[in-house]
Amino acid sequence: MESTIVSSRNFNAYFGTNHVVKNVSMDIPKNNIIAVMGPSGCGKTTYLRCINRMHELIPGASVQGEMLLHDEDLYSLNPILVRLKIGMVFQRPNPFPNLSIYDNVIAGYKLNGFKLSKKERDEIVEHSLQKAALWNEVKDTLHKKGTFLSGGQQQRLCIARAIAMEPEVLLMDEPTSALDPISTSSIEELMHELKKNYTLVIVTHNMQQAARVSDKTAFFFLGELVEYNDTREMFINPKDSRTQNYITGRFS
Amino acid sequence: MERVSKIFSYGKIRTETAFKRTLVIIALVMVVITLGIFITLVVHAMPSIKALGFSFFWSRTWDPVSNVYGALPFLVGTLLTSFLALIISVPFSYAIAIYLGEYKPSGWLSGLLKNIVELVAAVPSVIYGFWALVVLVPIVRALEAKLGVATYGVGIFTSSLVLAVMIIPYAASLGRELIRMVPSALKEGAYSLGATRYEVLKHVILPYTKSGLFAGMLLSLGRALGETMAVTMVIGNTSIMPKSIFDPGNTMASVIANEFTEADRSVYLAALIELALVLFLVTVLVNILGKMIIKRFSNE
Ligand SMILES: Nc1ncnc2c1ncn2[C@@H]1O[C@H](COP(=O)(O)OP(=O)(O)O)[C@@H](O)[C@H]1O
Ligand SMILES: [Mg+2]
Repeated sequence: MESTIVSSRNFNAYFGTNHVVKNVSMDIPKNNIIAVMGPSGCGKTTYLRCINRMHELIPGASVQGEMLLHDEDLYSLNPILVRLKIGMVFQRPNPFPNLSIYDNVIAGYKLNGFKLSKKERDEIVEHSLQKAALWNEVKDTLHKKGTFLSGGQQQRLCIARAIAMEPEVLLMDEPTSALDPISTSSIEELMHELKKNYTLVIVTHNMQQAARVSDKTAFFFLGELVEYNDTREMFINPKDSRTQNYITGRFS
Repeated sequence: MERVSKIFSYGKIRTETAFKRTLVIIALVMVVITLGIFITLVVHAMPSIKALGFSFFWSRTWDPVSNVYGALPFLVGTLLTSFLALIISVPFSYAIAIYLGEYKPSGWLSGLLKNIVELVAAVPSVIYGFWALVVLVPIVRALEAKLGVATYGVGIFTSSLVLAVMIIPYAASLGRELIRMVPSALKEGAYSLGATRYEVLKHVILPYTKSGLFAGMLLSLGRALGETMAVTMVIGNTSIMPKSIFDPGNTMASVIANEFTEADRSVYLAALIELALVLFLVTVLVNILGKMIIKRFSNE
């Protein structure tokens, strides 16, 4: 049996009075890849940002309902702790422009003022870049600025930066939407690797991508979770007509 | 096709050309005036430059009665008041910039603060001078009594205080703009790694804006160097070299303002104009440097 790592119960999110995520209940099993799909503006990003409590950073934003991390109320934990346990990769690669590749990988430790020995740092940098499948490309230029890399490499650097903190869950918001097809497929391969150690929640617009990489798929529509099932099942046999319409491309 | 030929006319193109030409001419007038000021200063300072040479800059005696003109006390006075004012103002202007730029960009307190900062920049300097005379001078005098130094009340330190208040808006407004320009993607990247707001400020916002904030300091400095009226009213106006920051003194700008009407000999007048030339060059230099840094910053 797979165990649940994150689950939400009747979860709602708002921007001011704008009700953006409506009554979402879903269980996210450990070491799975969950794809979150749905048309633009239906609350996918917002839901994702509620899982690591980034949503509340926006003035006027609020949430209501239950979100659990290992059966513990995620909203009664300290948000900093939550973000350390649940990492995030953004839609556009956002490496720190003033830092080298090396320093970008360990940026989380620096930001938190956590002291590491040179040996520990070297290990974390190499290990994280290996895991992000970037090590071979950058091992000779570790002290160059991260912004000199290509878009796909920058995104993998951001993945390395997130996994350097050894989070339990990794949230990815359309991580390949700003990338070319080759970078996209290398990041998709990477997701399969990462699944061994992490639980991944991936927002994607790309149905092929969801079908290729995910174990389960959640379909959002106008803020509601319309359907949530094993990916195969969902694509072969969608239960809800809205899911069906979306998958067959009747709207997007 | 027909409509295009109706819409298009050479008259419209000629208006465009004429308009562009007018803009260039008006812009050139500004350049010519600035250059003209510089040339006028050089020409009228010539008698002093010829007669005194470099001793003008390092001689510490300014005694028009004996026809001796050494500008060192005023150079020292100008630099001392300006840098002291800068040091005093920086914590305030950066605190305001950080508060308005990052912590609370909106809300009633921020709105009030923002308006006050803008207002402070618009108040005529004679009013600051008056305020300093009435309020700061007694306070400084009391402080001097506590410290056991001569209780002039007026002097370098008092001038620095009033200058500090006057230059806060420049660095604060510029700093606020720069801090607001930091891409939210970077800040969010840091938050997602478990950073607190203070850590985001320290490790993301400040490194990202540091050259711009430094340029803001230079622009404030430029303003302090040239400020005349408020300083003249509270610096004590003595040509003796100040030995401590509590001594009275004079700045280049205040000497010019005070003595211009008394200059009865051509060398005296030329010496004052040479002071003006030095002041002009120093402020222009500081401003160009500041602008260059900001430009490089916004291109990055
Ligand atoms: N920063 C914000 N402030 C106010 N409203 C927002 C903000 N971000 C998103 N929204 C609104 O929330 C809704 C859902 O947006 P989002 O979660 O980004 O959708 P998706 O990721 O599915 O495209 C949209 O209607 C959008 O207008
Ligand atoms: Mg989105």
